[in-house]
Amino acid sequence: MATQLMKGNDAIIIGALAAGCRAYFGYPITPASEIAHAAAIHFPALGGTFIQAESEVSAVNMLYGTAGMGIRSMTATASPGFSLKQEGLSYCAGAEVPAVVVDVQRGGPGLGNIAPEQSDYFQATKGGGHGNYRLIVLAPNSAQEMCDLTGLAFELAEKYRNPACILTDGFVGQMMESVDIPEPKALTTDHRSWAVDGTPATRGNLINSIYLDPYELEAHNLKLQAKYERCEVEDVRFEESDIEDADLIVVAYGIVSRVALSTIALARAKGQKVGIFRPITLYPFPTKRLAQLAEKTKKFLVSELSTGQMVEDVKLAVGHTAQVRFFGRCGGVVPTGNELLDQYDAILGEEG
Amino acid sequence: MKVYEKPNALYGTFERKTGPALESTHYCQGCSHGNVHKMIAEALVDFGVQDRTVFVSPVGCAVFGFYYFDTGHIQAAHGRAPAVATGIKRANPNSIVLSYQGDGDLAAIGTAETIHAANRGENITVIFINNAIYGMTGGQMAPTTLIEQHTTTTPGGRVEGIHGNPIRMCEMISTLTAPTYVERVAIGNSKHIMKARKAIRKALQIQIEGRGYSFIEILSTCPSGWKMTPPDARDWMLEHMTKVFPLGVFKDESKAREPGSWDRVIKPFEPEAVGAYLKDFVGATVADPSQSKPQEMHCKFAGFGGQGILTMGLFWAQLAMRAGSKVSWIPSYGPEMRGGTANCQVNIADERIGTPLVEEPTMLAVMNQPSLEKFEAEVVPGGVLLVDTSMVKTAPTRTDIKTVLIPASEMANQMGTSKVANVILLGALTAATDAFPFEYVIKTLPELIKKKSLVEMNIEAFTRGYQYVREQQNG
Ligand SMILES: Cc1ncc(C[n+]2csc(CCOP(=O)(O)OP(=O)(O)O)c2C)c(N)n1
Repeated sequence: MATQLMKGNDAIIIGALAAGCRAYFGYPITPASEIAHAAAIHFPALGGTFIQAESEVSAVNMLYGTAGMGIRSMTATASPGFSLKQEGLSYCAGAEVPAVVVDVQRGGPGLGNIAPEQSDYFQATKGGGHGNYRLIVLAPNSAQEMCDLTGLAFELAEKYRNPACILTDGFVGQMMESVDIPEPKALTTDHRSWAVDGTPATRGNLINSIYLDPYELEAHNLKLQAKYERCEVEDVRFEESDIEDADLIVVAYGIVSRVALSTIALARAKGQKVGIFRPITLYPFPTKRLAQLAEKTKKFLVSELSTGQMVEDVKLAVGHTAQVRFFGRCGGVVPTGNELLDQYDAILGEEG
Repeated sequence: MKVYEKPNALYGTFERKTGPALESTHYCQGCSHGNVHKMIAEALVDFGVQDRTVFVSPVGCAVFGFYYFDTGHIQAAHGRAPAVATGIKRANPNSIVLSYQGDGDLAAIGTAETIHAANRGENITVIFINNAIYGMTGGQMAPTTLIEQHTTTTPGGRVEGIHGNPIRMCEMISTLTAPTYVERVAIGNSKHIMKARKAIRKALQIQIEGRGYSFIEILSTCPSGWKMTPPDARDWMLEHMTKVFPLGVFKDESKAREPGSWDRVIKPFEPEAVGAYLKDFVGATVADPSQSKPQEMHCKFAGFGGQGILTMGLFWAQLAMRAGSKVSWIPSYGPEMRGGTANCQVNIADERIGTPLVEEPTMLAVMNQPSLEKFEAEVVPGGVLLVDTSMVKTAPTRTDIKTVLIPASEMANQMGTSKVANVILLGALTAATDAFPFEYVIKTLPELIKKKSLVEMNIEAFTRGYQYVREQQNG
């Protein structure tokens, strides 16, 4: 297997190409533009297509078109562009089109800045656009995962015929690490049962999200809901370290989980039993596992590059049995290891 | 409205429709949509392309195109049909793609998508139903509504200075270079209808032959929205709308366009070809089993942008990666970016690396004054501080760290280019830390430098930096 040092943003394109992605639709925005730059080189070179669309709105609708034709396709953007894509993603979910979207989160609200944040968590995990739907949301924390989870995003998007999202941040995108380049494998899926690909075999198919009749639309919603329930059973992913004996569990994803990882040995050297729980799927959220952990561990600290978003899901999971604290930085400021260590001191020093 | 003598590209009964009356369409009496549907369906059958047609229906009265057309069908969000059609056509250039849109859809909310699909010259057919009103939502003003026309949102009539003017899409589209064929027709008397039929057929023919983008605007009636009887609506349309929207061909380059020249094919996925390409393009870092891993290091390289500081850090990381270490490299980002300095942070470890950010460097290399001032205090006691003294005028103040001073930029200038100052520092760093043997770097450096013509000079630069520090250490 070939290994190379590469940026997380580049690794996304490598992962996508290896997964059989054939079409990329983008619109420039920092800090996601590098993904488009890499796509502009590689997609045409490999007989795929790259289009710089007139807006994020157009890009996601082009994606809806190619993905509706049964072709693995993607778009990538950063926060303001992710807002513009919500309409298209709602249509993808409603019409059951398996699209992949990357959001390299930057500072907000409004124009914010180009520094990293994790403040699109609500938008990504709770639906974002209108209607009853979810994105399948994957949160890489290394260049390798930028590559691998992009491949997984295509698989899950097709498995559930639902849009999937790589929710990352400017740090993971800019960071270079060694990446094992995956061996591309032939696709085993056949889109002809549902897609409209301009051939006789799919002439009778329909990609559509309008159901005028209230009972029909309710039935359609229940069908979507059943998929999400299945996804919550079959495709929850997370990573744990040092949680067996933990008095305090830090819950973090993306870059913050990496900062937390650096603190564990230091905390343990001081005799503090601290562990880390890292959700890899932000939707479906590892609610059950967290609830299980809360049977033993009574203190949780959620740290995010936001003013408190994922913390709500952690509270829903463990809030009735354990204490949940929050430590966030935003605007592009990342919690330092020392700041986290101070939090551990404070929380573990408390009575009870 | 009943559709008699349905062409085969329309369903016999409309099973996808909900409710009663599966034989008739949902369109109102005197609405032009049904006529246009029929003309399109006839053409699809006559040209033998029904099987490979994908109909993109808009948001508007034609949203239910899939009730009627026995073709593939992808329904689009309001105004986005041309973008969706772009995706479809790119996915399968052999498909016949119709972007069928009303005036609100095409000329208001979807103006950007409309103009840009036309400007790219997508090989698609756009059918634009201009009925001067929003039909589906209850007769509101459209961008094409005439001056003085009464709608539910211009109850006193459209006023130029308040509501703007009717927008002429054919005229706009025909200013673009890429479109092949742009015509405006009307569903008026039988002569008009013949012309409309001809225009639709021509547009489809152009697409089938791969001659590019066509835009057919069809002046249409909306008796319900206009609150008129169907005959009155037709008369009003012919009398008033054709004055603002003159009929005719606005652009026709169908003869000049090469057939097939507008195809953009997406080829099928070939795993082996992709695998081979990625290996070739991305390359691979080959570990050097003869070299043992360096000690754990957390490094910061700082200076001005353009001094090669990011490359220096990258070389350092690559040297360690080839020696079997886990590495991370990250450029300055976030608040770090302020103040005109650039830096990168490199971690080298045996095990998985936690944060890629270096808060407490064990090694700091600085190539300008601000970087020394900003980062000197961060270095851990016992750490290494490397300073390019050509660029930094004040001496470091810390006494609890190992300081290495070298006039790297002046040494580089002596070699004829300031560009190798970073590699001179790399040599100095190697000697100061003993992280890697001299021979290992000399052997590996050529693999890290993309431009082969620069290898020799970089080896020389590295050697000079290395020897400078060794001489200091020995003397
Ligand atoms: C984003 C969005 N905004 C508004 C609407 C409501 N809407 C439905 S149809 C329509 C206008 C349709 O008018 P037109 O495009 O002229 O087509 P017609 O109905 O006259 O054929 C509007 C505004 C919508 N569905 N989506």
